[in-house]
Amino acid sequence: MSYDVIIGLEVHVQLQTQTKIFCGCSTAFNPDHPNVQTCPVCLGLPGALPVLNRHGFQLAVKTALGLNCQIASFTKWDRKQYFYPDLPKGYQISQFDLPFSHDGHVDVETTSESGDKSIRRVRILRAHMEEDAGKNMHDESGRGRDSKVDLNRAGTPLVEIVTQPDLRSAEEARRFLEELKLLLTYLGVSDCNMQEGSLRCDANVNLHIHQPDGSRVATPIVEVKNLNSFRFTEQAILFEVQRQWDEFQRTGIKLGDKGGHKATRGYNPDRGETYILREKEEAADYRYFPDPDLVPVLVTETQLAAIRSEMCEPPAPRRERFHADYQLTPYDAAVIIDQGRLFADYFEAVAKTCGDGKQAANWITQDVLRETKQRDQSIAEFAIRPEVLGTLLGQINQKRITIKSAREVFGDLLTEFDETAAIPAASRIDEIVTTKGLAIVEDTGAIDAAITAVLGRNAKAVADFKEGNQKAIGALIGQVMREVKGADPQTVREKIIAAMQ
Amino acid sequence: MHLTSEHVRKVAALARLRVSDAEVESLLGDLTSILEYVDVLNEVDTTGVQPMVHAVELHDVMRDDMIVASLPRADALKNAPRTDGTYFLVPTIIDEG
Repeated sequence: MSYDVIIGLEVHVQLQTQTKIFCGCSTAFNPDHPNVQTCPVCLGLPGALPVLNRHGFQLAVKTALGLNCQIASFTKWDRKQYFYPDLPKGYQISQFDLPFSHDGHVDVETTSESGDKSIRRVRILRAHMEEDAGKNMHDESGRGRDSKVDLNRAGTPLVEIVTQPDLRSAEEARRFLEELKLLLTYLGVSDCNMQEGSLRCDANVNLHIHQPDGSRVATPIVEVKNLNSFRFTEQAILFEVQRQWDEFQRTGIKLGDKGGHKATRGYNPDRGETYILREKEEAADYRYFPDPDLVPVLVTETQLAAIRSEMCEPPAPRRERFHADYQLTPYDAAVIIDQGRLFADYFEAVAKTCGDGKQAANWITQDVLRETKQRDQSIAEFAIRPEVLGTLLGQINQKRITIKSAREVFGDLLTEFDETAAIPAASRIDEIVTTKGLAIVEDTGAIDAAITAVLGRNAKAVADFKEGNQKAIGALIGQVMREVKGADPQTVREKIIAAMQ
Repeated sequence: MHLTSEHVRKVAALARLRVSDAEVESLLGDLTSILEYVDVLNEVDTTGVQPMVHAVELHDVMRDDMIVASLPRADALKNAPRTDGTYFLVPTIIDEG
């Protein structure tokens, strides 16, 4: 018997606002100072009136547009009612039947076991806005009688992104989350900082088991809650797949059977196991109803056009364009894009200045990436600005300096920055080239004279070469290059061979 | 709809209210009369009428993303039944299974 793994994700993303979704309290991550970012609105005190954060709503729309979602022209707010200590009002303000966006997709490139690449289109069912809850601190010893609650986070604006069950492996789920994070950070709607809880994931997992008669049966769906890293998400799904397979073989229980209802589980990363949180005998009864404190939001085509015009190019079409505009391989395009928007902007500026995308990609994916990693710098902090690197690479293209000389100048510029902390200007390139005599010498007379002199001094090497020892030429080229600084080694090589014959 | 004592128990459980059998009976009477009162609305012909989502006609009421001073912590905690001066304290939450 074989099976398909069926995975759908619910991802909560914190939007990058200054203030909470319905009040003016700061959203700063501040776990060392609990309960200092609250007010009557986010504490749920009687008589307080929530008012929507305009910027937060715009970021949410931007998020949904990035997910290729339809934006509803009319959306409203609902109360989702349940009791938990981190939820001061006894309900969460969310969106039920009229979410602000629906029906989108994200394309994820996946690699099969045989190494074939393919695109998995993950459909987005809906994306809606809601407020975050506070944070509970459980007594780790298990003996204490109290849990502590910090409500700084209560009321932070979230977008909940719900996918269709289109993912087919733990690895695909991780790849989807990576692509989602890249998209959201590109759009600048969220920092997606998982340590601070800005991106959290629930995974719905079950198996469709192929029966000998060709039919398929589904195992009970398990929702693994609160996965706060991509690695844990992948591990939790892998564990669930094995657990559900083992359980089905042992019990034969199918989705919908007695004992086969949807269950909620947590993930313990230390043990690498999921554990049961609760079994949903009956569907949770949240008794949603429209929040009378909040009025609907209407989104016009004009407003949508304005938000679209502010949006940068998302990563997926940008990869395509880098391939088309700069002749980059899909691999190089992905390496550059996946480093983030500022890195890709840096590449484009260099490519435009030097007029050679391939050359720019080589330098940026090797030299620049290596130096920034070694220095633990972001691309914005990197001393060699794109105009400077573009000018340097342009000199290679114009055959004014060799690639080797360009590397020397690149190194010198970085050394100078380390010593003076001054960002080098493009004019420094010509100064270094002149001082060190790195300019390619076009004066063939000088090269010819040097070759004649060097060959005269090296009768043995000339004889060796004539007897077929190709290596002998290396020393001769080196000597000529020392006499004529900046000579193009390829030209020198050709001229030496011609002279000897 | 016809309300039963099971409905009453379920609504009470969702609201975390403990009700005695006698209270269920009296609540059943109260709730039934409330629902009968609201039932009058069913007499209105709403064919072709758009559902109303809000009692007021306003829409797009929003604020700018500007930080406003929060409550001092002591004030935020003031109405809580129990605190340690920094956190709200609640009975232990059993989360791990």
